[in-house]
This record gives sequence, C-alpha cells and structure tokens, in this order.
Amino acid sequence: MKDFIIPDRDFGTPAAKSKTMVTLTIDGFDITVPEGTSIMRAAAEIGISVPKLCATDSVDAFGSCRLCLVEIEGRNGTPASCTTPVAPGLKVHTQNAKLKQLRRGVMELYISDHPLDCLTCSANGDCELQDMAGAVGLRDVRYDAVDTHFRAKNTSGEKNPQWIAKDDSNPYFSYDPAKCIVCSRCVRACEEVQGTFALTIQGRGFDSRVSFGAKTDNAMASDCVSCGACVQACPTATLQEKSIIEIGTPERSVITTCAYCGVGCSFKAEMRGDELVRMTPYKNGKANRGHSCVKGRFAYVYATHRDRILNPMIRDEITDHWREVSWAEAMAFSAAKMRGIQEKYGRESVGVITSSRCTNEESYLVQKLTRAVFMNNNTDTCARVCHSPTGYGLGQTFGTSAGTQDFDSVEHADVVIVIGANPTDGHPVFASRLKKRLRKGAKLIVIDPRRIDLVKSPHIKAAHHLPLRPGTNVAVVSALSHVIVTEGLMDEDFIRTRCDWDEFQDYAEFIAAPNHSPEATELLTGVPAAELRAAARLFAKGGNGAIYYGLGVTEHSQGSTTVIGIANLAMLTGNIGRPGVGVNPLRGQNNVQGSCDMGSFPHELPGYRHVKNDEVRAIFEKAWGVTIDNEPGLRIPNMLDAAVEGTFKGLYCQGEDILQSDPDTKHVAAGLAAMDCVIVHDLFLNETANYAHVFLPGSTFLEKDGTFTNAERRINRVRKVMAPKNGYGDWEVTQMLANAILKGTGMPEWTYTHPSQIMDEIAMTTPSFAGVTYEKLETMGSVQWPCNEKAPEGTPLMHIDGFVRGKGRFIRTEYVATDEKTGPRFPLLLTTGRILSQYNVGAQTRRTANVIWHDQDVLEIHPHDAEVRGVKDGDLIKLASRSGETSLRAKITDRVSPGVVYTTFHHPDTQANVITTDFTDWATNCPEYKVTAVQVSPSNGPTEWQEEYNAQAEMSRRILPAAE
Amino acid sequence: MKIYVPLDAAAKALGADYVADAITAEAKKRGLDVTLVRNGSRGMVWLEPLVEIETPMGRMAFGPVCANDVADLFEGGWQDHALALGRTDDLAWMKAQTRLTFARCGVIDPLSLDDYRAHGGLSGLTRALRMEKSAIVAEVTESGLRGRGGAGFPTGIKWKTVSEARADQKYIVCNADEGDSGTFADRMIMEGDPFTLIEGMIIAGIATGATRGYVYLRSEYPDAIAVMTDAVAIARSEGVLGASVLGSGHRFDMEIRTGAGAYVCGEETSLLNSLEGKRGVVRAKPPLPALEGFLGKPTVVNNVISLATIPVIFERGAAFYKDFGLGRSRGTIPLQIAGNVKHGGLYEIAFGLTLGEIVDQIAGGTATGRPVKAVQVGGPLGAYFPRSMFTTPFGYEEFAGADGLVGHAGIVIFDDSADMLAQARFAMEFCAIESCGKCTPCRIGAVRGVETVDRIAKGDASAIPLLTDLCATMKSGSLCALGGFTPYPVMSALTHFPDDFAPMKEAAE
Repeated sequence: MKDFIIPDRDFGTPAAKSKTMVTLTIDGFDITVPEGTSIMRAAAEIGISVPKLCATDSVDAFGSCRLCLVEIEGRNGTPASCTTPVAPGLKVHTQNAKLKQLRRGVMELYISDHPLDCLTCSANGDCELQDMAGAVGLRDVRYDAVDTHFRAKNTSGEKNPQWIAKDDSNPYFSYDPAKCIVCSRCVRACEEVQGTFALTIQGRGFDSRVSFGAKTDNAMASDCVSCGACVQACPTATLQEKSIIEIGTPERSVITTCAYCGVGCSFKAEMRGDELVRMTPYKNGKANRGHSCVKGRFAYVYATHRDRILNPMIRDEITDHWREVSWAEAMAFSAAKMRGIQEKYGRESVGVITSSRCTNEESYLVQKLTRAVFMNNNTDTCARVCHSPTGYGLGQTFGTSAGTQDFDSVEHADVVIVIGANPTDGHPVFASRLKKRLRKGAKLIVIDPRRIDLVKSPHIKAAHHLPLRPGTNVAVVSALSHVIVTEGLMDEDFIRTRCDWDEFQDYAEFIAAPNHSPEATELLTGVPAAELRAAARLFAKGGNGAIYYGLGVTEHSQGSTTVIGIANLAMLTGNIGRPGVGVNPLRGQNNVQGSCDMGSFPHELPGYRHVKNDEVRAIFEKAWGVTIDNEPGLRIPNMLDAAVEGTFKGLYCQGEDILQSDPDTKHVAAGLAAMDCVIVHDLFLNETANYAHVFLPGSTFLEKDGTFTNAERRINRVRKVMAPKNGYGDWEVTQMLANAILKGTGMPEWTYTHPSQIMDEIAMTTPSFAGVTYEKLETMGSVQWPCNEKAPEGTPLMHIDGFVRGKGRFIRTEYVATDEKTGPRFPLLLTTGRILSQYNVGAQTRRTANVIWHDQDVLEIHPHDAEVRGVKDGDLIKLASRSGETSLRAKITDRVSPGVVYTTFHHPDTQANVITTDFTDWATNCPEYKVTAVQVSPSNGPTEWQEEYNAQAEMSRRILPAAE
Repeated sequence: MKIYVPLDAAAKALGADYVADAITAEAKKRGLDVTLVRNGSRGMVWLEPLVEIETPMGRMAFGPVCANDVADLFEGGWQDHALALGRTDDLAWMKAQTRLTFARCGVIDPLSLDDYRAHGGLSGLTRALRMEKSAIVAEVTESGLRGRGGAGFPTGIKWKTVSEARADQKYIVCNADEGDSGTFADRMIMEGDPFTLIEGMIIAGIATGATRGYVYLRSEYPDAIAVMTDAVAIARSEGVLGASVLGSGHRFDMEIRTGAGAYVCGEETSLLNSLEGKRGVVRAKPPLPALEGFLGKPTVVNNVISLATIPVIFERGAAFYKDFGLGRSRGTIPLQIAGNVKHGGLYEIAFGLTLGEIVDQIAGGTATGRPVKAVQVGGPLGAYFPRSMFTTPFGYEEFAGADGLVGHAGIVIFDDSADMLAQARFAMEFCAIESCGKCTPCRIGAVRGVETVDRIAKGDASAIPLLTDLCATMKSGSLCALGGFTPYPVMSALTHFPDDFAPMKEAAE
C-alpha cells in the first residue's frame, strides 16, 4: 500500500521561504536551514522532536503550550522553540534537567484538567496529549484539582458550571469541551487555513474556551463550513470525526485524489480493513497543501449508500421494470442492441458521452470505444456544458486549452480578478488559499451579478465589486480593456515581445472606440463607470494580476468571447508567464480537464488535435489498428436533435446525468425517449437512467486505480483503496462492452489488465502526456502537463518565455446581446450557480449528511421583486420561462440585484434546467445556463411538469425482484 | 486672587470638586474676584484636597480641605488657619524631591499650553527638532533612561531598532494601562501635565520616523482620559500636533484609545492586540513590537513615565539627567507609596535610596502605627520584602539581585497584621482572574496555585513543595510577565514569612 510518497510528519511550524541559509547547532548537531525557520522545525529536520502541543506546521507558531521550551547558550531564560527563529551560530539544547522539569510541570498542569479516560477515549492511540505525557515522563499528578472543565459535577455533587456538554450538532464531527486543552490549534486553523473565522476563544484565563461563534451557538448555528480543518488540527479527542468515534482508529492509509471539484485535492484515505474510516487531506498534496472542504473530507458515504446499484440491469422498453442480469447477459444485450442500431441506421447512429468524474484512463477508453469500435467521432463530454469556451478561447489566443498556472501561484498574486465564479462554494480549497493571500494584502476585484461571499466576509473585502447584469460579461471585460488601452496602462514591452503587434494594433483600435467605454456600457451592464475604471487601473498597475473565472464566464451565448476578452486583458497587462499572474479557469468537476485532454470532444483526438489532421489520425490508427473517421462527430445537443429527428438511436453514457445537468430538460427527455438503446453507466439510477435500456453499475473513486487531472493541469493518482462493490472498475466495464461488441468481428479484443497500461498508451499517442507514467507519479506525487522530453517534471506555469502558439493573439471581442431577453411576460433574469455543501447534480452529496445544509434548491430573489409579487421568505413559488416551469421556495435576499433571481440545480425534484433555454455559445454550443428570462409568481404546489416528471421517474425506477 | 484646587482623581475622590464648588460659591457670595485653577496633584495624597493660593511669597498650601472649611478659610483671608501648611515648596515632602518628570505636575494648569511653555514646556521638542534623527536617539541612549513600565529596557535601544526598521508606516504607542495595584504615577502626570506626555511622544515620533501615536489608556481613568483628550485637541489646534509639528515640516498626530478593563492589556503585545481591536491575548516574541508591532508595523511601545521624561532630557540634556541615579539605574524614579502608610503619595527622587529610607523616613511608617511587616514593591507581581531586606537600594539590578523587581515603582506597605499566606493566595488569585488564558502555566497554573495554597492553609505540608515546583514552572514557563512574575510575591511570602505557611497552625491544638 502507498502509505507515503513523501513522509508527512509534523514539523511544528510552516516552512520558511527565505533563500538565505542559516547554520546553527542543536544538541551538538549542525543544521543548515532557511532564515526564518523556527528552532523547532530545524530540530525536526535533523530528527529531534521537541515536545509540543500547540504547534503544528499547518498554522503559524503560537507559543502557548510551553512544552517546546529550549535553552540557548548566551541567552536568558527558556524560549519556546516554535516562536524563536534560528540565528547563525546558535547553540541550542533541547533536553536538560531544567527543561525536563519544566515540561513535566506543564504536563502535570494539563493533566490536572483532563479526564483520565484514555482507554475508552475516541482518540486513544491518536492523541498528542497522551503522546506528550509519555514523552516528558509524567508519572504523577500531585494536584487536588477542585476547578476543572471535565467533571460534570463538582466535588460536592453540584453541577459544575465550567462543564459544557458535548456539541454533536455537526453531522460529521463532535466537539467535546471536556477534553479541550485550549491550544487554539482549531481556532487558528479556522482562521489561517480555512479563513472562515467561525471559531474563537470565549472568556479569558481559566475560563478560556473554544467556542463556535457566540457562547450560545453550536457548530451548526455558527459560520462553520464544516471543512474539518479544526478537527484535523485538534491534538486530542475534543474535535473528532464521528466516524472515528463509531469505528475506531484506522490501521493504514492510501493516498488518493478527491472525486469532487476541479481543485483536485489529495487525500489520505484512512482505512481499517476495507472500511473507510476517514479522509484526511494530504499535506504534500500540491493542489490543496493539506486542506479540504466539507465534501472531500466528509461527504464520502454515498460510496456505500443503499441506493447504489450493484448488479447490471436491462429492459426492452423504458416503461418496463428493470431486470437484474449477469454482467455477461448485460454485455451481450447491449452489444446486440448497439450493433443492431448501427446495422439499421448506419455507423453514425450511435455515440458516447465520457464522464468528467471518471478517470483519464476511463475517458480515454470511452472515446476510443466510439472511434475504434463504433467507428465514428460521436463523443462528447459534460465539458460541453461547462468549459468548452475555455478550450476554444484559450486555444485561439494562447494556444492551449487550459489554465496557465498552478494553485501555488496565488500566493504571489497582488491583484486578483474573480469573474463568474464563486470559489467559496464551488472551489472551496482554492478559495481558502486565495483568502489567505488576500489577508496578506492582495487586492480583489469581483465581477459577478451576485454579492458572493468573497465580496465581503470576515477579514476579506473586495476592493471593487462590479455587479453586472447577467449576460453582459463581454461588455464589462471589454470596458476594462478599453480603460487600460485608452489610459495607456498596458504593458507595451510585453505586448511587443510576446504578442503579435499587428493584431494588437487592430485590437487596440477596436477596443479604444468610445462605444466600449465604461460610461457607454454602464446602462447596459449596470456597472458604475467610475468603479469599473478604478478596477481597471488597479488591475493594470497593482502588481501581479491574476484572473480566476468559472462558469459564469463560459455558460453564455458569448462564453467564448468572454474567455478571449479575459485572455486579451491578461496579455494587455503583461500578466502571463510567471508566478502570481495568469488566466485560470476554475474547472467544475474533478476530471473535466482530463476528460477534455483525453479526446472526448467530437472534433478532437487526445491532446486537442483535430480529427481532420491526417498525421494525428495516423498515430491512433497505427495504435488501434483501425481507420478513424476524419469528420467531427456529434456534440451532445446535436445527438439529442438527431435523436428527435430519428437518426441517432444509441448512446453509451458513462458517469454523467444529462437529463438533470443539461439545459432544457424537456428537449433532453424527448431526445433520450426517441433512442432505441440508452446505456447508462453510473453509481445510481440517475435521472437519465429513467430513459435507459441498460444500466451498468459504476465504481467509485475509492474502488479503482487511475488518474484525475485538475484545473491546474495536474495529473494526480487515484488509488484503489477497496474492491469495487459492483465487481469491476469502470475501465473494465467499458472494456467488456467494447469486447462484447467486437466479438465476432474479427478485430482484436482489448486486453488492458491495469489502468497504467492505458496511461502508457496515452503517453505513446499524446505529446503533452509523453513523459507521464505511473512510476513517475509514484515518485513525484503528481505532475502537470505538458510532461514530455522538454519538461520531464511537468509544467507548473505555462507560456513562460513564449506562448504555446508562438505569439499571443489579440482577438476583437464585439459584444452581442443574447437573444434571451426580458420582456413583459418574463421580466426577471435567472442565473444559476452552486452551493458549498452540494456538488453538481447532487447524486453524491444528496446521499450524504450534507443535505443538512441544503435540503432543497431555493430561489434567491431581491426584496423589491418579492414585494411586488406578494412573495414572502420561504413561500413556494412558481418559476417560469419560455422553456418550462417548476416550483421551489423563495429566499429573499439582497445578495442579488433587483431584476435578478438565482438558484442552484442540485436537486432533481426542482429541476432548474427545465427553465433554462437552448441558447448556446456561438463557438462551442456551451449552453447559456446563466441567463434565462423568467417570471416568478406565488404557487401552491408542484407544477404539472414536476408531477409528471416524478410519476415517470418513479415508474421508470421499478426493479423486478431477482429471479430465483 | 488665584486659588488652585486639584482636578486629580485622588483629590476628587477626597472631595476636591466639592471644595472647588464651595470656593466659587463663597467667592461669589463675598463678591471676590477669584480665579480658580484646577491643577494636578502635588502628590501628597494624605493632604488632599490640597488647596493652594498664590501670594507674593509663593504658593501657600492648605489641606486636607473639606468643603465645610471653605467659608472659614475665606473668613480668615487664607492666612492663619488650622489647615495652613505654609509655602508648598517648603513642605518637607516637596523639598527633598528631585522633580524632573513631575516638575510641572501640580504647578501649572494642565490644559494651558501657555502655562506649559512658561514652565519650560516644548523647549525639549524645539531642541529635538533641530537635531538629526540619529542624534535624538543617541541623546536618549546617552541619558540612560530605561523603561519605566517595569521591564527597565533601555529606551534608546528600543527607539534605535524602530528608527532603523524600514517600513511605510511606524507608530508610537504609549502604554497608559496602569493596572498595578498601588501605582498612580501615569495617571497623575496625564491629569496634571498632559502636554509633557504629548511632547515626549512627538519627540519619539521624530526620532523613529513614526507619524502616528496612540495612548492606550485604561477605562478606569475617566479623568485622565478627559484631560488627555482635551490636551490632544489643544495641541492639534495650536500646531503642536498635525501635518507640521511647530512648523517644522515633521508630521505627527495622535489619539487617545480607551482600554476595556483587562489588566493583561498592560502587557505590550496584548495591548497591541487590543489596540487593533482583537482579543487582548499576549503575542509571542519575537517578532519584537519594535519590528512588527501595531498592525504589523515597527512600533515604539513605551510607558507614560518613560515618554513623559523625554522632554526634560532634551530640555536639560542627557548628561544632566544621567547624573542622577545609581549603577545602571539612571535619573529619577517617581515612587508611588501606598497601602497601610502614614504618608502616601508620589515622590520623585534619584535612584539609590534604600527601601528602609523610603518606608521609614519618607512614608513615615504605617497608618495604623503598628510595625511594618512587609513591603511589596512593583505592583501585584512584585516581591514582598521583610524588614531584614530594607537595606536594598532602589535600583533595577539591586532589586533583581534580591529576587524582587522595581516594576513601575509602586510601594505597598503592610503592618504586622498581614497574613502572608493570604497574600500569596491573593497573588495566585489575581493571576487567575487576570490571565489572558493563552499559555498553560498561567491559565491552569494560577488556578492550581490558589488550590495549593488552600491545601497549605489546611495543614497539608506536601503542598508546599508542590507550590514551589508550580512557581518554578510558572516563572520559567509562562509566556509573559503575568504568569512569569506571579511567583515573586508567592515565593517571597513563602521564603521570608515561613511562619504564616506553617502547616495548620491551629491543627496542633
């Protein structure tokens, strides 16, 4: 098992970053460390563990426990080694008679206020207090403690006012004040690592107590976002995972990668037997640096949820009951159906959808299935509906379809633009890293219709919030460039040396036109011109400027234009090619970057190479022994259109729920209903499965080997920590399906026995992956593509000396208003987004205790808009657009501007996507989720559509009892 | 006719406001033209309210005056009276002092800048404004001035560190959170001569490149807050503070901030946290406040008396100031004498008197007339001295050598009825109540300390070595002086007055 790639011991204090080195002597050993390193850390680096309780290397030194005292020759007293920095020539002693006595004295005090129930304590064997009592040789507690925090009743039998009952309000961890040693590690982790400031110390002196918010609050009532950083930081059983309380301590751990958002956090899956005991963020994980969010750390029980389907099922008609069958029967049934369809309707009549949640290896196989087995290019992926404009826009301007930086880069940013993204909810670990930088003085510009948490939250305040009207991104981004160009704030050196000067001049002429000025666009965008000008000046001249964006940029009819505009902005200001700058798409799903890299798009083979390109096809034709179609295949919307027209009849959909996630649900349902064979490969009977004929049980990320590629192009290993409950990893299922179809064709079968072989094939065929092997990932932990001969250790920062395409390319960004317009019938603009506790369509998170935070989708509406419609907070309302209508509860808030309403799409019984329209990005067909004209009115129940939908879903999910 | 009635809080507590009202009313009744000046205190608290009238022979003192005495005093023409004390300057208490820092205190109208100037005020600043930054720092170093808050750190070295630190903003923070029991020098100077503190802070600002100052003033001092606030406004309107100090082009401005009642906020790093609006918990050092202080910027944190002594050093020169004192304790120290004492008050004198001279001669022994049993020097964290140690000369090193501390120079006298075990318990209890709760030795240790003293009181002899061990842990293990110095009163009580700790005195019976 892969317990350690790099040992993750606790060095007590964070690493110093100075390049100046200092040599000192500790206990007679010489050690050289960077200036600013603590004596504690320096000692740890030569293997001397100075006793400590309040120090841990995820937070700054605090100096409160007084266990780590040392003596320094020539200095007075016994300084704390955690707060004392090294200095040249110091002679430090970490152990002598005086220090031993002091440490015992301190431990004796600690233990005098601690229950001695170690054997039945949930932290038994995993308790630093216990360890330290041993380390300092505490043998006796001589105090007759009268005042304590751990006795419910005092010595005379009365209720002890210092005793506070355990707080079990959070579903994932408990807080037991009786065991608290007030080391403040939790408070500091909440502040420094997570940046939420939910925890504090109440009272002073002996009355100092860790507290969630005010004294009367509990964890759930506080601002706590349940990231678990406090639990991880706690040295005792005070803040403890409930899973540990229930199961016990783990016996081994395996390093793997989170299967939620595109941050791609590394975790240690801590196991006992094949039971997952807890997930602990891995401190050497380069994306997350030891931090996590509530989803990654806690929301994993869906993997063993009773809703999970573990046996293959088939049916002839979607109105039939499901019938559980053997894998062999399911494969034979599917193969016969798909072959039959192709024979009857032609080679182009079937296709696949790859999953952004499965591994690179699995996505690669699914697109290979359509290209090498179905012999067409009908493959698409959910990136179609999220970041396809990123691929297009950055490809056109820079020459690559991915973000330019690693996440570490944010530590060097001075001005950060966040546009169309809500990192604290969608990419929480990145948000924490960003907030850490902001607290150190970087400036923030938020461009978003909603007042997202980053605009103002504890110790964070955006310098500028530009609350634009949904759909006007291009106008706002262009106005920023207009200010920079017309006020001469651009980085001319950079543009001359790194970009195409002629194209720049063309662009400058275009953007300098008065119609792009903030004053001219203010009426349209709703953004005050003065504020926009100030933001532009700050970004241009405020130092390292970094842009982070999300689906609020891409999911528009002009999504690709906005991405180009963002690229222009970065080039104009010279913010490309070094740490602290760049254009950074925050990718939504764990492997959406990877699924795009793996050739999931109908026009591109792996590595973003067009299918028209003969040389590229030749590589794969040689590898696969087939002839590849040189015409791009169908995109998801085209597949659905073709299905409705009757020319597209069969679909293999792996790990994606297009019925819930794709826009205009009614159209998606009609398309699916028109097909003869829909094969859904998933963990659960998802919404799409309502229209499926074959259900192939999927495996979770815990059950298979592979790799995920996160938003920073980082290829992280996914490791099998338990056997697949359904019997097979998803890559094996796809291989079985391919082989079932290939059977009897005379073509060779697929014979992969491990995903590493698939990666070897990817490396062999795809230049940007040429240097990637599982062996390299074992030694390096992770690697960022391009990884090849030129960059054998990968590429953290892109476009350092030149753009991938050569010269950076400025492209005109003409604003064209969306056709989706408000009017008398639909006067409000609906925009959609995410919430922290839920993920995507909610298939996973709805099957965890995370529902406690968000049990239904609600509609955020401004008080003015609510008032004129007679809507009160919590009322059931009807939300209607040209496409359809649904009902949900209203939440009245001024987070949204008047005229704008907002909801999430995590719950299928709301089905926000029945409202969204079929307008899409001009270049990539990415749906315009973010702008829909709607009306809101009071309602007294579910809409007719919801009732019909639920009836259909219920009928469709019936499963015949297993045959005897 | 000019009459002085102190506005000092101690005088007010003894009825000075009533006396002032009575004087105004009586003068009006008699149709006399009386100018009433509310001055600071002269420091003779047993004589307060001490009323002075201006005469051609100098200021004549009467005290302690009660409102009921006022009519009589007018009737007698403020001449011979039972309360008449003679010329203030001739009083023995005043005559023997060396008043440098407190030279103007009680003499001038605290809020009259003209009065201040007339008594030498602003001449130190005027001189400093003509000096280079480094020369100002050198002058302070040369004077030998050490931090009067208690730590005794050389002021010049602290200023040098701040002066040489590179930063876009630096600060001067005056620690006026005078929370030690038995101390009142900070309050007296702020109420009696506020401009001297302001002047000292401006000089500190110019020397170090700091342009903003804060006085962190405890909320328990409403009179000092009022006087200081008015004084800052006057200084600003007169061009002493602001964009160009006395027209020099140097910027310095300051404001008065009020604490919230925590003793530990007198510790410089918790003070800075509190000033920043955070919980008043101690910060680990390093980083030193001189490099990363208020809002992370280089900051001079000096006690009121340290800063208020700066003007006289610049007015009279470092050599003049340095000439006073003993060993490495240079200059004068304002002793604050309190407790069970005949003559309590403020007495400024060069370092070097013995403790016995202070207690027996200056203070005149106890108020009760009983023998002096113990003297606690340096506030609630200071050691108790028995008579056998009264030969100790008043100086930083001399007191440290005797396992004691000068601290803020508060001297509290106890007669032979004092129970030193109770005093030791009080020290632990004080620490428990005032602990910020950050470090373990102080947070838990103080509570266990109270419990352990209680065990001793009940006759548990095994608790005595435990108390000794606990004191060793607290002394070397605590993060700041609160936990670190609490062992001083406890251990000195235990060491010098073992009879009070004798296991179960009554148990034997």
